[in-house]
Amino acid sequence: MPQEKLELVILPLVPPVAAAKGRSPFSIARRRFTANRLAVVALCVIVALYLVAIFAPLLAPYDPSAIEDVMKTRYLPPSWAHPFGADEFGRDLLSRALYGARVSLSVGLLAMLVAVFVGTTYGAIAGYAGGFVDNLLMRVVDVVIAFPKFFLMLILVGIFEANIGALILILGLTSWTDTARLVRGEILSLKKREFVEGARAIGLPHRLILFRHLIPNAMASVLVSATLMVGGLIGAEAGLSFLGIGVRPPTPSWGNMVSAGQDALLVAWWIAFFPGCLLALTILCFNLLADGLRDALDPKTLMRRYV
Amino acid sequence: MGWYVVKRLLQAIPLLIGIASITFFIVHLAPGDPMDVYLEERYRREVDPQVIELIRKKYGLDQPLPVQYVKWIGNLARGDLGESFRYRRPVASLIAERIPYTLQLTLLALLLDALVGISLGITSAVKQYSTTDKVVTLGSLVLYSIPGFWLAVMLVLVFSVNLGWLPTSQTRSLDYELLSTSGKIADRLGHLVLPVFVLGVASAAGTARYMRNQLLEVLSEEYVLAARARGLPETSVILKHALRNALIPIVTLYGLALPFLLGGAVLIEKVFAWPGMGLLAVEAIGARDYPIILATSMMAAVLVVLGNLLADIAYALVDPRVSFDATRKA
Repeated sequence: MPQEKLELVILPLVPPVAAAKGRSPFSIARRRFTANRLAVVALCVIVALYLVAIFAPLLAPYDPSAIEDVMKTRYLPPSWAHPFGADEFGRDLLSRALYGARVSLSVGLLAMLVAVFVGTTYGAIAGYAGGFVDNLLMRVVDVVIAFPKFFLMLILVGIFEANIGALILILGLTSWTDTARLVRGEILSLKKREFVEGARAIGLPHRLILFRHLIPNAMASVLVSATLMVGGLIGAEAGLSFLGIGVRPPTPSWGNMVSAGQDALLVAWWIAFFPGCLLALTILCFNLLADGLRDALDPKTLMRRYV
Repeated sequence: MGWYVVKRLLQAIPLLIGIASITFFIVHLAPGDPMDVYLEERYRREVDPQVIELIRKKYGLDQPLPVQYVKWIGNLARGDLGESFRYRRPVASLIAERIPYTLQLTLLALLLDALVGISLGITSAVKQYSTTDKVVTLGSLVLYSIPGFWLAVMLVLVFSVNLGWLPTSQTRSLDYELLSTSGKIADRLGHLVLPVFVLGVASAAGTARYMRNQLLEVLSEEYVLAARARGLPETSVILKHALRNALIPIVTLYGLALPFLLGGAVLIEKVFAWPGMGLLAVEAIGARDYPIILATSMMAAVLVVLGNLLADIAYALVDPRVSFDATRKA
């Protein structure tokens, strides 16, 4: 750490040309990110998890829904042949967990994209327009925020009997408010800066000022909150599936596997144990990654080190 | 002060109307016919269509949506939440039965959160970069990341199934009525341990992290430096000068913790078959019991609005820099 500090202190003294070489804000951020070992490990685990999910059909030792000789394989404890054991129908739980990863990981990521897209657009419009429009739009956000988020998801998913596509939409459309508030705040402060004034002075239309100059500058903090959000959404999907209204059996998801495991807790602890471990690991990695990104991207701590 | 509270209450009214409207339209735009639930699908064919029309009329389901909406808002304003399709009882009394159980869980969890979260946060900040600090920081992130419902199932496995120390579910044992008074209290408390712990520990982890950052920020302020320069003992610098200021934002955090806890309570109530509002809502969704779904989500939102209001008032009370007259946004 002290070495890095030294470099950063010298930075402003380096002539602009030298500073341009590999000392861009991006490369500073990358260096600070890679210095945080925990965050790098988290990123690697996340990438590995997604690769495993993508290649689940190649990696899974058994067919996740194959029920062969139930009497022989029912409630088999973990062993080399079945590392995660087998469930009440004798299905291999490792294979089910791998296929469950596809559901859990893709729902989290796609719902985040929906939320970030809606939230960024909404917040940017509110912040840029200001005045009455801003006031009205933010009152709507106040109303949505007043619902406990999980409660709202529960009602929507339950009532519409959502399939996976609809589940993604519902999770995304209940989670955009934080991003909207964040982006609005950023835009409000950014739009008073000189470069925006300059853009306006050369006659750029609002649309371009907003999408080319303002929103890209707000993206650093959106990235951090989006990373946190993926973890939260994976947890939310798992919770809904645990209640039996998110992803429904026989499609495996980590959440509904834990639910099946609770029913069989007295005879087979492993059914609930392993999918929950995977859930916790995934969510933890997204939280660690978000922490690392925040430290690497936070302009405030960057400035503090210059001074 | 009184004026400030009144003003904040008035500000909450449009918010509540907005909440009521959103819930109403969500529920009524949904597919599926509530009559199927009311009559249980298998009997539906055998029932005379005229009877079905009569029942529809009784619940006002034959009227156009806007009319139903205005009626619903009107009833709501009078505290009438309608009648449950499934239980054939007024929703208000059902909710009144269930809410104490949810409040028991959430308030005790909040207490646990405050005790554990704040003290861990302080320890961690005071000993910044020490091993304790690292353990608390990483440990709280880990706890924060573990899904509560899974933690609950695992704790039941360890403490109820394997060790047999604590009950697996419900609010009291089957032989509850036969117990002595002290036995009854012990029984109720025993049933509370696991759900409250699981619900409180995740939010305590969040609080600890937040508390640590707040205190660290305050510790770099000049008035802390001044206090140290005057030679005050470190404990009084931390507890008297720094902590008071660091605690102020925590008050707001607790206003925000409520939706988090209520959401979490749904899952925890399901795991422990705890007869609170969350379980009521989950059951109602399965049964398409519209009046209950509407009422529980309304109640949840009202509790959140109330929590924010209390947090705002508390904020104004603890922070002398906030004046009651100034218009301040939550």
